[in-house]
Amino acid sequence: MQMPAPNTDVLSRKPELVSKLRAVLGGQAVIDAPEEVKAYECDALAAYRCPPLVAVLPSTTEEVAQVLRICFEMGVPVVPRGAGTSLAGGALPTSDCVILGVARMRDVLEVDFPNRVIKVQTGITNLSVTGEVESDGFFYAPDPSSQLACAIAGNIAMNSGGAHCLKYGVTTNNLLGVKMVLADGEIVDIGGDHMDASGLDLLGVICGSEGQLGIVTEATLRILPKPEGARPVLIGFDNNEVAGTCVSDIIKSGLIPVAIEFMDRPCIRATEDFAKAGYPDCEALLIIEVEGSDAEIDDQLARIVTIAERHNPVEIRESTSPEESARIWLGRKSAFGAMGQLGDYMCLDGTIPVGELPYVLKRIGELSKDYGLGVGNVFHAGDGNMHPLILYNANKEGDLEKCEALGADILRLCVDVGGCLTGEHGVGIEKRDLMTHQYTLDDLEAQMNVKDVFDPSWMLNPAKVFPLAASTTRRGQL
Amino acid sequence: MSILGANNPAVAAWEAQLAEQVRAGDTHLITGAGSSRIGLATGVALKAPDQAWDYDASALTLTTSAGVPVDVIQSILAKEGQRLGFEPPNLAPMLGRDCAGTIGGLVATNASGPSRVTVGACRDFCLGVGFVDGQGRVIKNGGRVMKNVTGLDLVKLMAGSHGTLGLITEVSLKTQPIPEMIVTLVVEGLSEGEAVAAMSAALGTPYSVTGAAHLRADKNGAPARTLIRIEGFEHSVTYRTKALQNALAGFGASDVIWDAGENATLWASIRDVARFQDAMGDVWRLSVKPSDAPKLVEAVLPEDVIYDWGGGRLWLLTKPDTDVRAYMKAGHATLVRASDATKQALGVFQPENAVVTKISAGLRGKFDPMQKFNRGMMS
Repeated sequence: MQMPAPNTDVLSRKPELVSKLRAVLGGQAVIDAPEEVKAYECDALAAYRCPPLVAVLPSTTEEVAQVLRICFEMGVPVVPRGAGTSLAGGALPTSDCVILGVARMRDVLEVDFPNRVIKVQTGITNLSVTGEVESDGFFYAPDPSSQLACAIAGNIAMNSGGAHCLKYGVTTNNLLGVKMVLADGEIVDIGGDHMDASGLDLLGVICGSEGQLGIVTEATLRILPKPEGARPVLIGFDNNEVAGTCVSDIIKSGLIPVAIEFMDRPCIRATEDFAKAGYPDCEALLIIEVEGSDAEIDDQLARIVTIAERHNPVEIRESTSPEESARIWLGRKSAFGAMGQLGDYMCLDGTIPVGELPYVLKRIGELSKDYGLGVGNVFHAGDGNMHPLILYNANKEGDLEKCEALGADILRLCVDVGGCLTGEHGVGIEKRDLMTHQYTLDDLEAQMNVKDVFDPSWMLNPAKVFPLAASTTRRGQL
Repeated sequence: MSILGANNPAVAAWEAQLAEQVRAGDTHLITGAGSSRIGLATGVALKAPDQAWDYDASALTLTTSAGVPVDVIQSILAKEGQRLGFEPPNLAPMLGRDCAGTIGGLVATNASGPSRVTVGACRDFCLGVGFVDGQGRVIKNGGRVMKNVTGLDLVKLMAGSHGTLGLITEVSLKTQPIPEMIVTLVVEGLSEGEAVAAMSAALGTPYSVTGAAHLRADKNGAPARTLIRIEGFEHSVTYRTKALQNALAGFGASDVIWDAGENATLWASIRDVARFQDAMGDVWRLSVKPSDAPKLVEAVLPEDVIYDWGGGRLWLLTKPDTDVRAYMKAGHATLVRASDATKQALGVFQPENAVVTKISAGLRGKFDPMQKFNRGMMS
């Protein structure tokens, strides 16, 4: 992965930078010892590492603004960091950058049940937001699998989704307002605790902008009443295509389940060996969860079973208790861990039109054979967001490169059938150079124009999202 | 091929022609069908293709030329048992105009009806957009799949931009199944403060309320009504109706409107602000924190008010030239119906804070540097 050469002038001014940062943050919030900045050298895309020049951990919006002002004046790039769980390299440092972590900004600022909003500092973890409101019967809907660790700041940056977004939407549908600091240190409030922001929808373009436009320090989030209950049904098929058709039929029937998860044979086998969830030995498996009162759940599951039975399933297992639900989810939830037992893996994130599922799975199988690397598929079938897991051996020379080439082929396939490169993980550095496959140069130029306005000197999170070649001249303006 | 789906020659030809005109220096007023016309006419836009769409019911997605009328799209969807989930309003009759809105106009104004309170606004249903900007570039963003975080989200930026960044040529939208049954719970005689509390309570239950509105007593003697809507499969709706009646018992006894036709008419009238159609006065649309609404209304003293979105959206009918914004500490207000002089004096759109103003002007400067589209709108 190519990254721009560090700015040697910035490297040589490290002592001056550190002393200025210490003057505004105090000693403990500025990390500059080489052995200590190593802790920030990567995020969850651990194949790529680069220790930053300095890392800072401010506690307030004003401190964030002061840091950005200093970096702006000195021409130092800033890489924002939530909890460092990005799978796309969104928080990967450059050696001449300041990593700005929001980990110390975890306060809940306001909980307002009558208006169904919560205001938080963005270093708080996703699950803590739900934790704050659940005893009053509410929850925060977006639920990325990393929700125990990931921060709201990162969720906003990546417009995170999760298994339940088929019904509740992703971060952008649940974000009402932000306080954000721009690259030059200016603080701006956008939106608030009312439903629609006025004027241009800046909130819409900020959410999912991967730290390119500013650093969000506070967020007003929508909270929703918790459903009375939820239960899944597990359905096995001996054919991927039939499972895909079953998903289409369920959606066409007017049901909106909260989750429709799909696992293919390689993934089912791996999870069975690992978690022993008792899954049927079959080609494709669906886990479909619905919500409501007990009677409502029974009614919806009965409708789903009726549809599934038309497709000759190998097995139908309807949950009737929390224990059975947990058992059905056990395999799905341990799928990534199970695949990890088989070797190193890379997790992809393309989205496809639901109807293309059978063809795409077949092509992935063929590509997997061509490259000689195993691929397991586990994904959110209701919205077409795929997560192919490519197995490789990190210790074998050339295997990572081969894995990346296969990954790129699979993502190009997703785009070619009418889908996109990333459904919820973001572009980061991982998919940066594939962007020209999905977008024309004019399309990319238009997106970069937005960054030109928010961050005219291109100081924030450099060399991400946009193809390196396309952003070169702009970064040269530093 | 367009990232929004199947190659659509009619749209592509229209885009190319428009882009050429823009580059040649023409200025355009984007009027859609004219139902939201606010700006000054500086030119005439080309006619958009009104018969070009691509609909995949099993994927809940529709890609369409921006020129297709909303009601045409609604009837195509209805044939497959689906609809646009954000309940597109038709404000034309209330505004005294005789026209049917287009999809492009709908998206450009981010217009959303009562269901917005739970399912989201028009912008939340927009998956992809194509547009010609003021530099004469044909730009696509997003796509036609439900989950997409590839690059910056210009789809949302275009939604609600009132044509100030460019002309929307095509849109991909998420569709929604039409529910088997719709019912409305009615509580009569609540004060506006009580009504907002009742709506908040209802929206805080797990019973999936899809509409929460309050109407004042009318001149014909009908009492004030607080309306809570529930939708879904019959079995489930029946259960939730009972459960909600119990949950709201503290606000008084409630009746239920079971009749499908009556429910459809009732919510369409709220959606389209029909109550103000024949009434004299200015019309304001407010977005506020629901619990702030009753006190604000008490301060403004409007001729009439519709509380929608549980109180988060207010439609105010005021005496001409009333500056509603002078009473507001938070949220924002749009002057939807008034004389040209009043619009000129008070401004249609709420002024923004200084930094947002600077950013918005910067974006317009990039996408439409010569102000070729809808000059003066939103400023």
